[in-house]
Amino acid sequence: MSASANPQVSQEAMVEFLLRMGDSTLILGHRVSEWCGHSPVLEEDIALANTALDLIGQTQMWLGLAGEIEGKGRDADKLAFLRDAVDFRNALITERPNGDFGMTLMRQFLFDAYHFQLLGKLEGSSDARVAEIAAKAKKEVAYHLERSADLVIRLGDGTDESRKRMQAALDELWGYTGELFIPDAVDEAIAAAGIAPNPADLRAPWLAEMSAVLQDATLKIPASTYAHKGGKKGVHSEYLGHLLAQMQFLQRAYPGCTW
Amino acid sequence: MYAQMVKTDADRVRSLDEMSAHERAFQERVDRGEKIEPKEWMPEAYRKTLIRQIGQHAHSEIVGQLPEGNWITRAPTLERKAILLAKVQDEAGHGLYLYCAAETLGVSRDELLALLHSGKMKYSSIFNYPTLNWADIGAVGWLVDGAAIMNQVQLQKTSYGPYSRAMIRICKEESFHQRQGYDIMMKMAAGSPEQKRMAQDALNRFWYPSLMMFGPSDADSVHSAQSMAWKIKINTNDELRQKFVDQTVPQAKYLGLTIPDENLKWNEEKGGYDFSEPDWDEFFEVINGNGPCNKERLGARVKAWEDGRWFRDGLNAHAEKAAARRAAAKIAAE
Repeated sequence: MSASANPQVSQEAMVEFLLRMGDSTLILGHRVSEWCGHSPVLEEDIALANTALDLIGQTQMWLGLAGEIEGKGRDADKLAFLRDAVDFRNALITERPNGDFGMTLMRQFLFDAYHFQLLGKLEGSSDARVAEIAAKAKKEVAYHLERSADLVIRLGDGTDESRKRMQAALDELWGYTGELFIPDAVDEAIAAAGIAPNPADLRAPWLAEMSAVLQDATLKIPASTYAHKGGKKGVHSEYLGHLLAQMQFLQRAYPGCTW
Repeated sequence: MYAQMVKTDADRVRSLDEMSAHERAFQERVDRGEKIEPKEWMPEAYRKTLIRQIGQHAHSEIVGQLPEGNWITRAPTLERKAILLAKVQDEAGHGLYLYCAAETLGVSRDELLALLHSGKMKYSSIFNYPTLNWADIGAVGWLVDGAAIMNQVQLQKTSYGPYSRAMIRICKEESFHQRQGYDIMMKMAAGSPEQKRMAQDALNRFWYPSLMMFGPSDADSVHSAQSMAWKIKINTNDELRQKFVDQTVPQAKYLGLTIPDENLKWNEEKGGYDFSEPDWDEFFEVINGNGPCNKERLGARVKAWEDGRWFRDGLNAHAEKAAARRAAAKIAAE
């Protein structure tokens, strides 16, 4: 059985949706794991490894289901390690470089707040498999959001320097948040079938959560509404190719091996 | 063993008759197998030695994240990546338990880190060797964690309560670490010719550094004798090294890999293997900063600490502001 369980939506759209989910968690998980052993304090090393581990675990579930529905014999590993950048569907914000710890935290917070809203809706998905993965992931992401929001507040309302760094991170990353909420034809088909929410409907609750935290953090939401786009279509930044070159090295250099 | 060559300040181990009443009562408790707890009386040298030993162990756990972190982003499957992340997370957690155990002896984590960063305190020599291919991650789990477990299992019985309890928790996780390492080696050794070559290469490079982890022979060492009297060291370095070799040789045979030692031979009489000593000159060079990765490892830790200063200062400033706001609110309410 490889066809989508939901007759209202095409198999291609369903696979596309699942790749968007799994690629974003994979690429963000990879970025977070780059911190291993280099964070500012031991507790953060633990938290970062834990966050990356959750995201990689979610990737296994999303990409596993994508491969199953696709029905071409590609499992989660084949999808992760044997596709090139043009076939990746992650949101651009997830591939942004780590920068300083403030940039990493702000990226995490902006994504977590979106991710949490999204998973909350996916729990009620018309597709039971999606709902099941979302329910498991949401428990983890609730912790991610609690941690990242708390740290954004403490660092925004910390020293002058920490505030400056957090504001700079917000200014730089803000333009990568718009993409998360701009639907395309796939999103609309998926939403019409009740599988996932329309991304546009997530923006208001996301912004409300965001604004409350940023206010406590004494940080200002940038005025610009410009949104960088491309992740959903496989048009990525230059950074993704380098990330994949590193991540996929063994599978590419020694094809067909068991590890 | 993540603590090597820990000094005790002793010039010889004294008999009970030579001790003060306090010292004697303390030693008798240790001899009876009682645990010493943080607020109880203990000889100053015992406290200092424990700080050195636990601190070195804690530093080893956090520096030990680096050689494994070197392959997290290149792990070959999602499952391997997840397992390695879980392992590195455990190691940071072990560092945390151990720094907490050291804090009960009156030294802060920041003080210990300052000593690490200035080079006054060491971490295990093993982490100054590079991880050059994926099988090295297998070898680190199999050999390095395997060697560490030899010592840590014994240290669960150590006389200092917080250290003993930390070891009990750590040992539970370390055995999973060793198994995952051996599992990587099994896949590599049974894999393609290139994978098998990586596995043998990893064993060739990690064998002697793993034997060095136990430290040089300490049969005649005053420090070891004193530490053993205090039950903060349970076996001699040579005993543990022998045990490690005897355990590991059959495992290597099962993998079809060759231990890089022409002199390795079963000795029926002693019921263990005869084997070559590692190059102790190399060991002392590594301890003194000349290992292949000393500069990178310590440099990475110092950089992480320096780069993170604004983060820690920011959190502290926020905590002070929040406390001041709470105090002001309380006054306003009265």
